[in-house]
Order: sequence, then structure tokens, then C-alpha cells
Amino acid sequence: MKIQISDLYFTYPTGVEALRGISFMIESGEQVAIVGQNGAGKTTLVKHFNGLLQPTSGRVLIGDWNTKEHSVAKLARRVGYVFQNPDEQLFSKNVGIEVAFGPKNLGFDSERIQALVKDTLAMTELSDKTEMNPYDLSATWRKMVALASIVAMDTDIVIFDEPTTGQDAVNVTRIANVIRNLREHGKTVITITHDIDFCAENFERVIALSQGKVLLDGKANEVLGQEDLLATTYVDPPQLTRLGKRLGFKETVRNQEEFLNALKM
Amino acid sequence: MAIVTLDNVTYKYPLTDSPALKEISLQVNEGEFVAVIGPNGAGKSTLCYALAGFVPHFFKGELTGTVLVDGKDLLKSTLNEWVLHVGLAFQNPFNQISGAKYTVFEELAFGLENIGIPRDEMISRVETAMKLTGISDLADRSPYSLSGGQQQRVALTSILVMQPKVLVLDEPTSQMDPIGTREVFSVIRTLAEQGMTVILVEHKVEWIAQFADRVIALHDGQILLEGTPSEVLTSDLLQGKGFGISRYTSTAREAKKLGLWKKETLPVTLDEAAEGFS
Repeated sequence: MKIQISDLYFTYPTGVEALRGISFMIESGEQVAIVGQNGAGKTTLVKHFNGLLQPTSGRVLIGDWNTKEHSVAKLARRVGYVFQNPDEQLFSKNVGIEVAFGPKNLGFDSERIQALVKDTLAMTELSDKTEMNPYDLSATWRKMVALASIVAMDTDIVIFDEPTTGQDAVNVTRIANVIRNLREHGKTVITITHDIDFCAENFERVIALSQGKVLLDGKANEVLGQEDLLATTYVDPPQLTRLGKRLGFKETVRNQEEFLNALKM
Repeated sequence: MAIVTLDNVTYKYPLTDSPALKEISLQVNEGEFVAVIGPNGAGKSTLCYALAGFVPHFFKGELTGTVLVDGKDLLKSTLNEWVLHVGLAFQNPFNQISGAKYTVFEELAFGLENIGIPRDEMISRVETAMKLTGISDLADRSPYSLSGGQQQRVALTSILVMQPKVLVLDEPTSQMDPIGTREVFSVIRTLAEQGMTVILVEHKVEWIAQFADRVIALHDGQILLEGTPSEVLTSDLLQGKGFGISRYTSTAREAKKLGLWKKETLPVTLDEAAEGFS
């Protein structure tokens, strides 16, 4: 399902102009990372994809739906959104009920709900925690429950808002696996992240926002190599990209494999 | 001279069977910048709480051993006394904002109001601290209208205005943009050089390597390793246990197997990696 953003402006009621003329398209099945300075408008932008925010002017199309003409509840069939803070979205007494809540609300039949819950719990490594209260789990696992409760809704588009914040290396790998899994199922995944190494290792396209506008948009290697421009929105290139530059590599490298290959040449 | 001393500290939260901290002994010198690393569930936040007095005074539970800060014994002090010496910035800034103030400026003065600092001094402390952390332009905004990273800067600043001798920071940059993170690390480094003692929990090893004096690796409630950033962060002992490892280290380790990294020690900063690979 295609996302089309045309000339999007958004001003908060307080007068803060958060988005100032954003246009781009995301094709069905793309994996896109959104990076940029705190306050650049990343969260404001993705909240337009499921109708939590409405454009002050401009247009957001999710497939053939204009978000202005559809309720948040209806858009939830097409766009799943995992909040930055899992505690803002968890409320059920156990993990199984929490994860089934979304698909149930979308009115799926019980067979499909069961299958979705089972697959999602396996994908997020929560199968052995079905009976537990989410609030008895550690923050790490609560994050996975929040992820699972959205993934189970089987939307074509899934948005993650800073999924790796405060997560250790093991859980970052788990989250990367979920994203890979969604890609294999043809889902569109859009992730806001400050973890630029995670971004480099898991996303093919990167959009850098700066002060409510698109600063850079393109293939990960093209965007992540632009050290000077990225610095204007407070982003450093990935560690291995910087190292490659320092060593005088001609090509931009962004992960271990690319780095070692370039080193051998 | 040691300003913080933990001697054989074991702590159990109420209603739990196994301790979150096990026989922890450590000393931190005045003006030292110590980073604490570890996987989720290793006891990092609990250690922060114990240093800041929330463990056991707020969370209750059972603490054995001794926690001394500036010669005072935690178990013989009240939380009210303790917070004057040790400031803690929480992992989640949402949990720290008072909810009682309309602007960032007022929020930052909240702690000072509570301990009866004169108005003029309050204003000057708040203004100085805002300048230091780069949030002067947020003074009139509502704390709740800010982005995650901006809120984190406010939470950090609200502790700095209290001018604690010991500053405890639990992942203070987790929601910050990369260059903002580096700026905050550099501010913390400056504070340490001015004599503030800093204990910082963090996953971002590249900046720990560059700015911290010493690193403590926690695992399963115990100290697994302690030493200079380079000694600890490149140790093979960290592998496979969920510790964050810099890409410079992990890539050089891989390159070493291929004969492409010739040095004995592995790099942990960009400079070390660039030197070793060129």
C-alpha cells in the first residue's frame, strides 16, 4: 500500500510550526528509516499517517484513502503505530489478551485472530509469556509486547517510533528480526530512530528531516554518507561510515560486511 | 579521595526472591566520571536508585552492606537529606516532570523552591543551567509540549540546578539525537572536570569510550569487570551477554580473524580504529 504525502504543513495549536512543506512517496513494501534532530518533526509526521494528526494544509494519502476523510479507527486497518513509550499503550491483564485486542477490534474472525496472535508471539519471542501481566515484565519485554500488539493487527503499514531506545544489544537484535520478518511478509515498515548504526544495518531508504522539512531522502548509503548535511540536523553518520571516510574509502560503507569488503580491496 | 563508597551491597526489592544487586563493592573518587554498562535487567537502574537513596528509602525492600556518600551513611539518613547530596535523572523523563508547572523555567525552579533557595539565586541558577545544556530557547514552553529528547535535557537540567555533589544519570540521552548526545556527554565531562562526581548508566559505548574515566560492567546484579574504557569495552568477557559493543571493536575483532587487524588491542574509538586500520 502506497503512502503519498503532498505539500504537508502542520502547526500545533500553540503556534509551533512543526511541518513545513513535506512531500514524498513510500512504495508498498519499502523499509524506510526517518532520522533527524529532536524536534525536527519526525513523530509529528508519522502521526499523520494514521490520522492522529490532520494536516493544517496539504494531503496524506494511505493507498486511496485521504486521511482527512477517514477516522483513526478506520485508518487502523491500514496503519499500525507503535508508540515510543510502551506504557502509553498497554492495558490488558495478560500478554495474550493484549496482543489479541487489536485484531479483535478490527473484527477479524476468531480463527484469524488466533493465528495472528500465535504467529506474532512467536515472531516477538513472547510465546512463553502469554499468561503474564505486561506490567510484571521488564521494560524490555513490555516494549516487545507493545510491538506485538500492533504487528498482530496485520496492517500493510507498520510504524515504529524509536523502537531501540533504552534496549540492550540482545533486544535490538530481536527488534531487527521483527523488522526483517515484516519485510519478508511484504509489509511497509517506517521507523523513526536516533540509533544510526541500527538504521544503517536494517533499512534501505533513509529520510532525514530538519526543522519540519525533508533534508535528504534516498538510498541509505547515499544519505548516510553526507556527513556535513546530516550534521545540520544533528545526525552523525554510522560508525563504520565515518571510519571508511577516515580511511579514504571511495565508496560509502555502512555495515561490517561492506567495510571488510572495502578493506580487502 | 572517594566520595562514594559501596561496601558489599546486596539489595532485594519487596516481594522478590532473588537480589537485584549482589555484593557490590565500589569506590568513586570526587570529580570522577564513571560509566556503568550492562544488559537490560543487570541491575543498572537499581544501582542508580541505591546511590540516590530511592533504594531502600522509597522502594523499601532489604538492603545490606554500606552505602556512603561524602561520609554519610545512607541507612542512617532520610531521603530528604540524601537528595541534597545526590541528584538522579531518571531513565524516562516523563516520570520526572512534576506536572505542577506550566513552563520549563518554572519546572527547573521547582526543586530549588522546595529547598527554599532565595528567588534571585533561583533565577540565576536556572538561567546558568539552561545555557549549559542548551535549552534557553525552551524556557517558556510547556514541559509536556516538548519532544522526548528535549524533555530529557529538561530533566537533566532540573537536577543540575540543585548542584549536587554526586550526579547519577540513568540513560540520560536515550531519546536524544546523535550530535545532541555527544554535546550532553561533553557537558557532563566538563562538570566532572569542575569537580562534580558523575555516575552514568549508558548503552552508547562510543561516547563512554571517549568521555568517561572508568567503566563498570554489571551483569546479573554483580560487577563483572571494572577498568579503563578501553580495557572493559574491548574485553572478550562482554561477548554474548547482551552488552553493547562498538562497531569499531566488533569489526576489528572480525578483521583480526581475517588477518586484517594487526594490533594486539582492539579499538573502541574512531581514532583508535582509524590508526589501527591505516
